[in-house]
Amino acid sequence: MAEYQTLSYDVLVIGAGGAGLRAAVEAAASGVKVGVVCKSLLGKAHTVMAEGGIAAALANVDDRDNWRVHFADTMRGGQYVNNWRMAELHAREAPQRVRELEAWGALFDRTGDGRILQRNFGGHRYPRLAHVGDRTGLEMIRTLQDHGIHSGMQVHMECTVLELLLDGGRVAGAFGYDREKGHFLLWKAKAVVLATGGIGRAFKITSNSWEYTGDGHALAYRAGADLLDMEFVQFHPTGMVWPPSVCGILVTEGVRGEGGVLRNSLGKRFMFDDIPDAYKNQTADTEEEGWRYTQGDKNARRPPELLTRDHVARCINREVKAGRGSPHGGVFLDIAWIKERLPNAAAHIQRKLPSMYHQFKQLADVDITKEAMEVGPTTHYMMGGVRVDGDTQMSSVAGLYAAGEVAAGLHGANRLGGNSLSDLLVFGQRAGWHAAEFAKANSQGSIDERIPDQAAKDSLAVFERGEGGENPYLIQQNLQEKMQSLVGIVRLEAEMRQALGEIEGLKARASRAGVAGHRQYNNGWHTAMDLHNMMIVSEAITRAAILRQESRGAQFREDYPKPDPEWGRHNIVVRKGPDGMIVERKPVAPLPEELKQVIEEMK
Amino acid sequence: MARPALFRIWRGNPEGGAFQDFKTEVDAGMVVLDAVHRIQAAQAPDLAVRWNCKAGKCGSCSAEINGMPRLMCMTRMGQLNLDMPVVIEPMHAFPLIRDLVTDVSWNFQVKKKIKKFKPRTPDAPDGTWRMRQADVDRVQEFRKCIECFLCQDVCHVLREHRKYDEFIGPRYFVYTAALEMHPLDTESRIAGLKNDHGVGYCNITTCCRQVCPESITITENAIIPLKERVVDEYFDPFRKLLRIIR
Ligand SMILES: Cc1cc2nc3c(=O)[nH]c(=O)nc-3n(C[C@H](O)[C@H](O)[C@H](O)COP(=O)(O)OP(=O)(O)OC[C@H]3O[C@@H](n4cnc5c(N)ncnc54)[C@H](O)[C@@H]3O)c2cc1C
Ligand code: SF4
Ligand code: SF4
Ligand code: FES
Repeated sequence: MAEYQTLSYDVLVIGAGGAGLRAAVEAAASGVKVGVVCKSLLGKAHTVMAEGGIAAALANVDDRDNWRVHFADTMRGGQYVNNWRMAELHAREAPQRVRELEAWGALFDRTGDGRILQRNFGGHRYPRLAHVGDRTGLEMIRTLQDHGIHSGMQVHMECTVLELLLDGGRVAGAFGYDREKGHFLLWKAKAVVLATGGIGRAFKITSNSWEYTGDGHALAYRAGADLLDMEFVQFHPTGMVWPPSVCGILVTEGVRGEGGVLRNSLGKRFMFDDIPDAYKNQTADTEEEGWRYTQGDKNARRPPELLTRDHVARCINREVKAGRGSPHGGVFLDIAWIKERLPNAAAHIQRKLPSMYHQFKQLADVDITKEAMEVGPTTHYMMGGVRVDGDTQMSSVAGLYAAGEVAAGLHGANRLGGNSLSDLLVFGQRAGWHAAEFAKANSQGSIDERIPDQAAKDSLAVFERGEGGENPYLIQQNLQEKMQSLVGIVRLEAEMRQALGEIEGLKARASRAGVAGHRQYNNGWHTAMDLHNMMIVSEAITRAAILRQESRGAQFREDYPKPDPEWGRHNIVVRKGPDGMIVERKPVAPLPEELKQVIEEMK
Repeated sequence: MARPALFRIWRGNPEGGAFQDFKTEVDAGMVVLDAVHRIQAAQAPDLAVRWNCKAGKCGSCSAEINGMPRLMCMTRMGQLNLDMPVVIEPMHAFPLIRDLVTDVSWNFQVKKKIKKFKPRTPDAPDGTWRMRQADVDRVQEFRKCIECFLCQDVCHVLREHRKYDEFIGPRYFVYTAALEMHPLDTESRIAGLKNDHGVGYCNITTCCRQVCPESITITENAIIPLKERVVDEYFDPFRKLLRIIR
């Protein structure tokens, strides 16, 4: 019998990023007892790192903007395999959710007439991103955190959920441990909201932190829920490439939104070379027009640097492969050039992009007001995740909800920048509300104690194997290398089949992982437990990517380089079967007539 | 330009501990956190350390490096003298959990005691407000805070005099200032500052400002104006009278 402390809530929220906190605030406001669990300290979740802004059609800067344009942009960016209902709700509700942040104390940058300022971003037709310099995520998480601590929610910091607990077909709670002491905890709950974020640590070059081991994806999978769109992993075009120790750290798209341009080693703006048909009408013909767009000229069209991320990442990849890259294997991102156009350009750059200025100065000895940055693609965001109902965010398991990066549907095959922070707010709110309603309508499910017992036993086995076991850090590194080289930006069936073999081998090693020492704040032990989730997620990504024999959005298949209209009508669902992973096609729900029309009008 | 370097890292828990030496290779551009991770992966898998963003944005990796409170992820090896051992210790002002990890939960409790944001009624019929960028700038400086607690670590009122029950520390003066100077806020936190939050204990040594990785001008822009507000409220004879009659 494992020893653990038991706690009881109506709604348990797993994750304290933007989605988790917004859900918890909403659930607490509706009068139920809410617990929040997170792996790090409060306020340190990934959301804190978001830079560029929150997309919402407030129309403060360009009054032609409205929810219909935002909806059409999101669908186009996702190449029409999005969950249309989520795209619709997101576009309609984001403005209200952003204004609400202001009522809770957030201070966004202002327009001349004192309203919330909005900036340009890739794939958004009009300036749409509410922002605070390039630290928007910090503003958002701090606002939610400071508001949330007065709302009655109970936060369990530095606790990790290992397993969801079920009562028949519905959720009954979760089981995990606290990092500080290594003690086990059991949270009973009538409804559970997963808000655990992404999977980026499965890859070697990533903008993501240690937390992004795909826990929520794996927890849901093991609980029998469907996962969706797992093949769509976003590689952000601009991560730092040098020095090696900072490789992968994000360089916000805001740099390009403010007029930054991409050049190859020949000094050429290579993004003008290849503009996808769907964007021809909306893209500038000349460098001059592109510049005018970034400076707010409403008659100008956007520069090709602001095309969608999947496309920009592939163009950079192409330049590097063709030998036109920068010294450390990236390309040049230049914002310093705007001094040719603007007086006080250096001060302007420092005000608009303070943390980028800081980051390059301190970590790479580069002054971005004077020199170009070197950048290359980095694993950034997971479009795929738990399949949810568009209105309620409930998964295919009763009482289990998902919101934020761990949920799938809104972004389809490719997410637009800024659409994540708004996603967190819109669907965090919805998940919190519906989870509370579910908790009010249902009693607590019963707990089968064999599950926590087994989970505790498995996790303690890591110590029994001790130093003689496999080094968990090494297994993690090996997995990251394999996923990066075999299931990365450019994919081939043969390589991905090889990856599946590698993953099997690594799974076996993970089950032999061992660490010395004791349970108190033991990072090695934590890593050993995270490995199991990373394996499930890596396998799901690889299997889904093999099945989708076409190129669309973030998925680029060298052996199937074109989109296939038939695949354009399908998503891929992954779920747990009796003998392993089941991967199958599922038709995309057809768009209602009125939304079809919206898309047509905006073409 | 890889070269070996010696790291002297504190290992231990509340019962006690000692420095342990590790030798590892360091490469161009590496930061202290990279070296710690390298040691953790190869030599000390159970070494306890906090981090998240590795880019100075989350405030998780605070420690004392060669005696200076700093973020490990923003301290480059090139800034340190590698002919000497690099000494890495946990923050001193908070109870140790293990190795480089301290119990900072006190900070989270302090924040709860500060009265929350209370906005004025909206300016426009659609429920929104109007604010000028110039009025927002000042508060935006305070809102850059990443809650690394390095300022709390260095402040002698906490570090040496242990006034945890009477003093909220520089981080929470910055927080209070952000609320007090928020263009929309209507609450007053001045009584709290004077009576419960111990603003009087601060003797403007500026140690906090000097370690802030976000370069927030903690003393001049936050603490001194707060002190002035306390003086205005409590020691201005006219106001004093008003308070008595009310
Ligand atoms: C550098 C960077 C910049 C970005 N910039 C932007 C931007 O400008 N605009 C935009 O829209 N998006 C941006 N994004 C994307 C966006 O920030 C993220 O997608 C988003 O913040 C995810 O929020 P979330 O609430 O889903 O999860 P997170 O904020 O990641 O929170 C996840 C939470 O779940 C917890 N958790 C995870 N697993 C467990 C477990 N097993 N047990 C308990 N708790 C667990 C974690 O501790 C954490 O609290 C950026 C991302 C990065 C990395
Ligand atoms: S200035 Fe005041 S708050 Fe800052 S370290 Fe000195 S005494 Fe502490
Ligand atoms: S004020 Fe500066 S030093 Fe203090 S917690 Fe905030 S960022 Fe850290
Ligand atoms: S890891 Fe985030 S500040 Fe150092």
